[in-house]
Amino acid sequence: MNALSGYLLLSAFLFSIGLAGALTRRNAILVLIGIELMLNAANLNFIAFWRYGPHPEALTGVMFAIFSISVAAAEAAVGLSIILAVYRHSRTTDLDQMNSMKG
Amino acid sequence: MPETIDQIFVLLKHWLMLHVPVALQPLCSAILSVIPVLLVFPLLFAITTVLERKGLGRIQNRYGPNRVGPFGFLQPMADGIKSLTKEDIIPRSADHFVHFLAPVLLVIASFLVYAVLPIGRNMVVANLNAGVLFFFAVGSMVELSVFMAGWSSRSKYSLLGAMRAIAQMISYEMPLVLSSVVVIMAAGTLSTVEIVNMQATYTGIFPHWYVFTPWGFTGFILFMIAATAESNRCPFDMPEGESEIIAGYYIEYSGFKFALFFLGEYLGMFATSAMAITLFLGGWAAPLSVLTWVPSYVWFFAKLLALIFVFIWIRGTLPRLRMDQLMNFAWKFMLPMSLINIVGAGIWHFMPAGFARWLIVSLIIVLSCVLLSRSLRRSKLFHARVYRFAS
Amino acid sequence: MTISFLLLAAITIIGTAAAMSLKNLVHCVLALTLGLVGLAALYLQLGAQFVGFTQILVYVGAVAILAAFAIMMTRSAEPTKTNESSSFGLSGTLIALIVFAVMAWAIYTGTSALQVAAPQPEASVHQVGVALMHNFVLPLEIIGLLLTAALIGAGVLAMEESRRAR
Repeated sequence: MNALSGYLLLSAFLFSIGLAGALTRRNAILVLIGIELMLNAANLNFIAFWRYGPHPEALTGVMFAIFSISVAAAEAAVGLSIILAVYRHSRTTDLDQMNSMKG
Repeated sequence: MPETIDQIFVLLKHWLMLHVPVALQPLCSAILSVIPVLLVFPLLFAITTVLERKGLGRIQNRYGPNRVGPFGFLQPMADGIKSLTKEDIIPRSADHFVHFLAPVLLVIASFLVYAVLPIGRNMVVANLNAGVLFFFAVGSMVELSVFMAGWSSRSKYSLLGAMRAIAQMISYEMPLVLSSVVVIMAAGTLSTVEIVNMQATYTGIFPHWYVFTPWGFTGFILFMIAATAESNRCPFDMPEGESEIIAGYYIEYSGFKFALFFLGEYLGMFATSAMAITLFLGGWAAPLSVLTWVPSYVWFFAKLLALIFVFIWIRGTLPRLRMDQLMNFAWKFMLPMSLINIVGAGIWHFMPAGFARWLIVSLIIVLSCVLLSRSLRRSKLFHARVYRFAS
Repeated sequence: MTISFLLLAAITIIGTAAAMSLKNLVHCVLALTLGLVGLAALYLQLGAQFVGFTQILVYVGAVAILAAFAIMMTRSAEPTKTNESSSFGLSGTLIALIVFAVMAWAIYTGTSALQVAAPQPEASVHQVGVALMHNFVLPLEIIGLLLTAALIGAGVLAMEESRRAR
């Protein structure tokens, strides 16, 4: 149980928390928050491997984390504006009620 | 001898550290660096409140407070006693936990940014490699505290004020950061200590401050305007204007929590002024090379007081901007202006030193300023304003 | 497994677990902020200064506030039925548990024999900048395009319909 596996376990735990939230919560915004958490857990994974892995001078882990943060921010913005547009149309953010395309 | 006076606090700290056992040295070093910040800036806050009230009073052709102490200068003590002894009223439907945490978070974020500001030569709490990024990152936590304050009070007015305040702060955060990018480009580093060191050199008797270049001057003006908006000061104090929305997002706060909001707002003002001094005005460097015998921290506080005076002056002089005027100004004028400033700084860097680069960069900046302000004035749309939160 | 790592990990886990399970949505966003700050502190502990501060600037300063605004504008802050778990409550949690179990097993078997006494690598801002301009310049430009597209797209999507019908 060295330091690297500690960080990796934490990252896996955060990922599963985010996954649980994204799968179980009914509000669309909370699902988005769960997805953001999963992205963050993956970032932690990258940085941990950059720190404890081979060739840290190539800065690959740090770079990937920076790009991942930018992409996640863009995706959060677009996702939340989609939720806003859907709310304006159907007056609800309840994912269980958005089943008009089902079946 | 001037060097000793200049470094007296550093030498004092080193002398105190000699008497501390080795195991506790990192902790004591950190505490000894932090305590001056915690003592000096609230004291400066107290002085500024009375200066502001007297200054505003004189601008408005009246005396300020003049009862407590000589010329009213002990007024902060009276204010402090009043805030501490006032009853702490919390609305019944308020969210107690968040209501309590909002001013705490504001004060924590406001104090934390002082860690990267160099007060004097070798006098910085933490010489971070990414100091400027730390400053803006922690400074952006203030908006979260504003949201917490506005929402937890469960009052329509406070929520409206909070939304306005956050929209304003987020809009002006972009020109704030972009106008500091020019300095980062010129200095080649994000460390505040390095940026000041690079401005502390002189040619003849004139300093190398970045404000004495066309892009630096523009950046300084943009930074100060954005700093005024970030601290919700007049002319950008629509979210907290007393004639508009009574007190905006801290309407339901009374007593010590209100005082904490006040403290946090003023500390934010000092912090952005100090960052402007660090980035553009040369930090602790003297303006003329013949004046370097004055200690560095004296210059820093002199510049800080000058900027605070400018803030008070602007507050007493300019009328308040309406919300849509404020947002138009941020997005349609300041953001393109700061981007063009970055282009100008880039051109400055690649042209050889001389009159040509002064002319070209100044022309670019002045031309874009004139064109942008004319287009801003022309695009007055006359239609019914739709309030998105009242639907 | 130093004490600081355990403390920060505890803060992060508490924040994110609260974010995913609280009834009051605004409390969820605030707990998420706590979790993200804990993560930023973990990045700082791993020595990635630039990433840590960028995490605070982007996530706490922008994404959390964006989520809070969205909650305000979609009226989800009132206690309604939407804030409870959906019909997939139990199976979702079960799936997440299984995923965690698989990953934990993979981590345990993969890294238990690793020698990880590596010295602290340096990721100064200068090196990050050089890497961005030399090795990673294509992703940098693509990120610029992506952010521009996201900015325009989010603006168009969230714009009011009455203006478009004019």
